[in-house]
Amino acid sequence: MTSLLVIVVLVLLAIALWQLTKIFDLTQVGSSSDDTQVASDNDNNIQGYIMFGFLAFIYIFTIYGLLKWGNLALHTPASEHGLLVDNLMNITWVLIFVVQFITQGLLYWFSFKNRGHKDKKALFFADSNKLEAIWSIIPSVVLACLILYGLYAWNNIMFVDKDEDVIEIELYAQQFKWTARYAGNDNVLGKANVRLIEGINTLGVDMSDPNSQDDIVVSELHIPKGKKVHFKMRSQDVLHSAYMPHFRAQMNCVPGMVTEFAFVPTYTTSEYRELPFMVEKVSNINKLRAEKSVELVAKGGTALDPYTFDYLLLCNKICGASHYNMQMKVVVDTPEDYKKWLSEKTTLAQDIKAAAAAKAPAEGPKATTDSTAKDTVKAVIDTVKAAIAKVAMK
Amino acid sequence: MSAEAHDHDHGHDHEHEHHHKETFITKYIFSIDHKMIAKQYLITGIFMGIIGIAMSLLFRMQLAWPEESFKIFNVLLGDKFAPDGVMANDIYLALVTIHGTIMVFFVLTAGLSGTFSNLLIPLQIGARDMASGFMNMVSYWLFFLSAVIMLSSLFVEAGPASAGWTIYPPLSALPQAIPGSGTGMTLWLVSMAIFIASSLMGSLNYIVTVINLRTKGMSMTRLPLTIWTFFVTAIIGVISFPVLLSAALLLIFDRSFGTSFFLSDIYIAGEVLHYQGGSPVLFEHLFWFLGHPEVYIVILPAMGLVSEIMATNSRKPIFGYRAMIMSVLAIAFLSTIVWGHHMFISGMNPFLGSVFTFTTLLIAIPSAVKAFNWITTLWKGNLQFNPAMLFSIGMVSTFITGGLTGIILGDSTLDINVHDTYFVIAHFHLVMGISALYGMFAGIYHWFPKMYGRMLNKNLGYIHFWVTAVCAYGVFFPMHFIGLAGLPRRYYTNTNFPLFDDLQNVNVLITTFALVGGAFQLVFLYNFFVSIFYGKKAVQNPWRSTTLEWTTPVEHIHGNWPGEIPHVYRWPYDYSNPNHDVDFVPQNVPMKEGEEVLHH
Repeated sequence: MTSLLVIVVLVLLAIALWQLTKIFDLTQVGSSSDDTQVASDNDNNIQGYIMFGFLAFIYIFTIYGLLKWGNLALHTPASEHGLLVDNLMNITWVLIFVVQFITQGLLYWFSFKNRGHKDKKALFFADSNKLEAIWSIIPSVVLACLILYGLYAWNNIMFVDKDEDVIEIELYAQQFKWTARYAGNDNVLGKANVRLIEGINTLGVDMSDPNSQDDIVVSELHIPKGKKVHFKMRSQDVLHSAYMPHFRAQMNCVPGMVTEFAFVPTYTTSEYRELPFMVEKVSNINKLRAEKSVELVAKGGTALDPYTFDYLLLCNKICGASHYNMQMKVVVDTPEDYKKWLSEKTTLAQDIKAAAAAKAPAEGPKATTDSTAKDTVKAVIDTVKAAIAKVAMK
Repeated sequence: MSAEAHDHDHGHDHEHEHHHKETFITKYIFSIDHKMIAKQYLITGIFMGIIGIAMSLLFRMQLAWPEESFKIFNVLLGDKFAPDGVMANDIYLALVTIHGTIMVFFVLTAGLSGTFSNLLIPLQIGARDMASGFMNMVSYWLFFLSAVIMLSSLFVEAGPASAGWTIYPPLSALPQAIPGSGTGMTLWLVSMAIFIASSLMGSLNYIVTVINLRTKGMSMTRLPLTIWTFFVTAIIGVISFPVLLSAALLLIFDRSFGTSFFLSDIYIAGEVLHYQGGSPVLFEHLFWFLGHPEVYIVILPAMGLVSEIMATNSRKPIFGYRAMIMSVLAIAFLSTIVWGHHMFISGMNPFLGSVFTFTTLLIAIPSAVKAFNWITTLWKGNLQFNPAMLFSIGMVSTFITGGLTGIILGDSTLDINVHDTYFVIAHFHLVMGISALYGMFAGIYHWFPKMYGRMLNKNLGYIHFWVTAVCAYGVFFPMHFIGLAGLPRRYYTNTNFPLFDDLQNVNVLITTFALVGGAFQLVFLYNFFVSIFYGKKAVQNPWRSTTLEWTTPVEHIHGNWPGEIPHVYRWPYDYSNPNHDVDFVPQNVPMKEGEEVLHH
């Protein structure tokens, strides 16, 4: 509806302008010179006023935008370093709005004020070293502060102290899903390579590596509140980007290398849901969804489920046709819940063994099992055997 | 008439006879006259612009009304990519990719730089033509060829390249990863390789011409700022385009000959590929070594055009001529050492992130100098609001608005969370997309009389500008908010994320503005093509400008000036000089006896 209104207004505006052009054409009848297409004093006057109007438009549109859409922006950060990021962001925003307000104001005000007239002569004002110095030095000083603050924050966020007590988790990207691998009791992730991908070992974990034995592979990410989580990212096919907007965290996943990012979550999922801004946001979204549902049902479709908030991991680097649907739910638990959740999970080694065991007896009665599956199972068994042998040897 | 001048006229007559042998083909098609080549670039650029902008309107419709059926999708995209009028997700990515490629390279690089460098360099420095007319012609026709190849990729079976205009491998290298990385991508790479060859020939020509062919008295510090920006742009192009060419060649090797420059450890479609040891990050470095200077290749000529037009229409010298030159040089230098700010979260060493944050934010200083100088140029001027002037003011406005958010994106810490979101799209469309487009429009409105000997209709120009100005802010201002909400770019739809449901109304508003703004470009097209044939005849110097191009006759002649090339006696910005009664003194007017130079 608003869009229709905008169209109507703009069309009317266009018609009005069109009619104005006709008036201009009439006023120019009888003028003999060839410069009818060069701005006249009349044009200068009208355009000058429109310039002023446009300045008002920019200001009003900015304020309208802040009021109407300001609450769409990500709110309270859910990670420790997120506060630092948002603080720097807010400082930068204040600076930007001040500069934007002043420079746009001057630009359009001067345009309006100095609109041309044939009796006027412009001031010959070619240069001033003093002015140039002022507007080189002031931005330099301001930027120096921003750079220093930015670098301080960046170094804090990006470099993980080797001795720090962190939880190691691997984020594994492939077209178009995420998987997570937990390092288990030893808190060391086993080696992995895509060349070792086989059967249910979809991450190519090297099962001959002793560190791999207690690794746990899951498709929903759980992390504990208040503990630093060190993510190591891999990709098996193309570039992906692990983007967790609420934690102010993002890092590309690059095939052939391991990238990393670490942060400390500060709100559990249920705490974050209770934050006033989030309650409001979710109720607003649900209102919109309810409206949409009515529409859908009227068309014979099914209604949309009501929405409850969850942290998300999104893919934020174009990765193929279904890039727009590559996501994983992230749950921040209390440390106790996290421990409990993790302890209920089986390790990859157990999974592989179970898969092998499940497939092995099935082979006898069902002679028609397709050969690829057989091969896979065999290979898995072999890998496990080799791994066990290796461990035993050590 | 002095004997000397007479001699020259005579000599010219002789020359003229020679050129009468021109056939239709040598005059309009394989022309070596820089003015004709400029027009060829412009028309090709406009044609590509229509396609590029139309594509953006299509995918904007998909974003506002996701997966809804539009007959126009089916008509334009066919049954394969828009069955029942619903846009498919792979063609969405293809449209995004080709829109970016066309707008950045074919419209704002070749269309803008190619048009105005070719038109203005010889005319404003006082040369009969480019240093090598033949190379200039080859440059245009290679550009034309690359455009044809790029457009032909739209018709291959699996669709055109769809890995984004940045064509990061492995996505761009593996047809298994996305269908567009088959024949479509091959054509994209071939097209770009030819485009780069064209661009290099053009750039070398511009550099040589500016250095060697300036008329008597035209010292470097008497060059109009347009020429300075074209000159510096050409230098950046020569430095950075070959790096993209090498990246494209290595990618072709990886795709076709099994090398592993950019690929390693890949498991796709159920099998392990043989690639080992390469790195996509290397490609990102090579790509952005061009990619970032490229945005300055786009914006610097626009800055030059705007400076020139603002001075003329303010009837005032451009403020801080030397500071403007210094800032262009500073921007050019810095532009080659900031590419890493596209890669803060690419997995490169975070230490590099610190370095690139530092160099990137430094660019804000020369940019601020330029913005303040433009604003001061307006102060106490006698502003003539010709359409070109409106677009110039608009350019400064969008350059500031878009540039300021660069402080956020250039800061590695802040980039973490807005990287690759709609915030980035809002930023670069304002600061280099819309700004450069405004610069181009300003240039067209201003130099149309020089190109076609006729005037564009000013009232249509006013309508064109104001609707475009409102719509440009209407499209890109709200986009900042959906970016800050965390919405990633290049998503076919965000309906899979209830989290983003509250952004949908904003998307509808953006698309509405885009459609209206796009539709009003038809006003410009109508004005442009009708005025070529039916516009009011132009006088020799319609804007009462000081630069040399306005001393040439309205009707084009090969060699530009009928007689001797004018000599230059003063800088290009003697507007409202208190020593003179008229408010402009062309560069070829000798200094009065005892006249002092009033500027530094």
